[in-house]
This record gives sequence, structure tokens and C-alpha cells, in this order.
Amino acid sequence: MSVIRIPPTLRADVGGARNVEAEGATVRDLLDDLMSRFPSLREQLVEDGDVAPFVNVYVEGEDVRTRDGLDTEVRPGSTVILLPAMAGG
Amino acid sequence: MSSRLATNLLDLVGNTPLVELTSVGESRIFAKLEGQNPTGSIKDRIAKAMIDAAETNGELEPGRELLEPTSGNTGISLALVAKLKGYPLTCVMPENATEERKRLLRLYGARIVYSPPDEGSNGAVRLALKLAEQDSRYFMPFQYANKANPRAHYDGTGTEIVEALERVDVLVAGLGTGGTLMGTGERVREAFPDVVVAAAEPLPGDPVMGLRSLDDGYVPPILDVSKLDRKVLVSNEESVSEVRRLLDEDGIFAGVSSGAVAHVARKLAAEREGATVVAVLADAGWKYLSAHFWDADDVEASMEHTVWW
Repeated sequence: MSVIRIPPTLRADVGGARNVEAEGATVRDLLDDLMSRFPSLREQLVEDGDVAPFVNVYVEGEDVRTRDGLDTEVRPGSTVILLPAMAGG
Repeated sequence: MSSRLATNLLDLVGNTPLVELTSVGESRIFAKLEGQNPTGSIKDRIAKAMIDAAETNGELEPGRELLEPTSGNTGISLALVAKLKGYPLTCVMPENATEERKRLLRLYGARIVYSPPDEGSNGAVRLALKLAEQDSRYFMPFQYANKANPRAHYDGTGTEIVEALERVDVLVAGLGTGGTLMGTGERVREAFPDVVVAAAEPLPGDPVMGLRSLDDGYVPPILDVSKLDRKVLVSNEESVSEVRRLLDEDGIFAGVSSGAVAHVARKLAAEREGATVVAVLADAGWKYLSAHFWDADDVEASMEHTVWW
């Protein structure tokens, strides 16, 4: 079991929760578990079989795009953070 | 080292020093002090480069006005360049940027249009694009899509690093537009092909992430994440804790994003033995002196309503 942190923009889709627990050995499995329970998340989080462009997914604080994408391993007890892509400067 | 004589302040942009920080085990860390640029941040490099490029290719002529979305530092740098070159400047900035940034922009003569505080820098980008479309007087350098931004770091920041060091195993910089990481990373990778290019990224507070939907997210066109080897999230609390450590251990008074960069630099230095790590510290701490986090019991709570970088 891992904890997924939900950003403010997506909380309405999960009944207002800041954190949701989900099961899975990879980011793909974990998000599938999450999206099966909260189906309105699917079109926001995934696009063409990959993480949607304006979403960042972090496992243990590292963006999965610089790791193995949706195949990134998630160890039990990990925290997974979802964030909107934001600029700075 | 001899003192430099300049006939124009803009000639003093870049050529910032590298200073060695306290080592992590056998690994050495070198900090590039971008706070020593004329307005106190790395953004002087791109402001000068974007305006020079626009003048050279004829996009920018006397009579035009500059418009730019910014969380602060790019605006301040553009304000200096605009003042010296005689262009009026309007900055679109989130209302919750730090007071020092607003004050400095006004002192340099820029006009500020505020964007909604709960939309962070993305809201400033959106509003600026709209304003530029409505008024053809405006020339928008647009740091997020302007190739002169990464180019300034390829020619400047990156070249300075490879000329100063015999090896670089890890390069760490903050991720805002992506310009520093793309340009510096490309140049350093040319010289040291095995370098790990790592981004330090802020974990923004909930109140500045209140976008209506994920479709309001923004990925700068100049940022190619596939060119990054690591992309590490750093909390405000971790950033401030590292800002304090830089002061305590190395005497360096750094800004919030520099704290995040130093945090990631130390983390990656600790993962390796005998590595040479370069940390690009984008600004110094002066623009954050009025912030409440210095004295707060709950650092995270004291920072969550403000756009820091």
C-alpha cells in the first residue's frame, strides 16, 4: 500500500481527500488502482498510454519521467505525489 | 585578480565566481554565485541576451514597449536592460511574489500588472499572452519560449563552468523556465559526456496551485525533460533549511531556490564517491529578507501562500 498525494485541482475527483491510499508495484498499477475507484481522473492523468503532459508524478520525490515513466517501481509505503506542471522565473 | 573596468553595467553580466562548499564525504561541491550579477540574479544573463537578440533580428525597435510574465527575477533583470536601452517595461507578476521584488521592479521604473495569486507563475503566463495579443505595441521576450534564454546559458554559464573545472560529474540547477538546465546542461555535457544533469524543483504550497484544472498546467516550450537525468522535488522547508546551512557552513547568503539546488547537490554528492558537483545558485537572500520563514515555527505554513521562484 502506498499513499498518493492529490493536488488541489484533483481533490474534487476523489471526494475532497488530500491523500488516497492505493495498491501497486509500479506507477502504472498504482494509478490504475486509483483511477478504477475514481474514474474521472483517467482522462486527466493519462494520455496516449503515458503520464499526461501537464501532470508530474513523483515517486520518493523524483519525477518518474526521468526514471522509468509509468513502469517506475513503487515500494510499499512509498509516497507518490501528483502535481500540475508549473513554471517559474 | 584585477578589478574590472566597465563602460556599461550590462558588460558586467555573467563571469560569476565558483566557490567550493563544505565537502560531502569524498565529493566536492562548487557553487556558482549568480547573485553576483548586476541586479542580483542569474536572470540578468537571459534578459540581456533576449533583448540583444530581438534588436539584432529587428523584432525590437525604438518605440516598442516590453511586456513579460515573471515571478520577479526576470522582470527585475529586464527592468535594468530596458532602462539602459530606453524601453518602457510592463511585468505581469503573481500578486503574491515577495515585497522586495515588487519594490525593486518599481524602483527600476517598471509597471506591474498583477495576476491572480492562486495561479502561480502559470497565471502570469496566461495573462501576459492575452495582453500581448491585445496590444501590438508590446514586444514580449517570453523567457519560456525564447531560444536566446538557453543560448545565454550555453554560451555563458555552461562555458564558464567547463573552463573553470577539469571535471564535472553532476550539474544541479533550479527548474523555472528550464533555460539554465537546457543551455548549461548542453554545454557541460559536450565537455563531460557522463555528467548527470539534475533539476531541483519546488514543491509549491496548495494555495498557489489552485488552478482550475490540470489543463491549466504549463510546460515551457524550451524545456525538454528528456535532456534531464534527474528531476528532484524539494519542499520549502528543505530549501530554507539548506539556505541556513549555506550561511552557517559556508557564509553564503542564498535565495530560496538556491537552497533547493544546494539540497539536491548535497543529496547527489552523497550518492557518489569522489564526485565533482556544480550547483548553480540563482540568487542571493536579499530579496527574501522580509519573508516570515526566518522566524516561523512552522516554516512550511509560513511559505505556502507565496510564489518563491
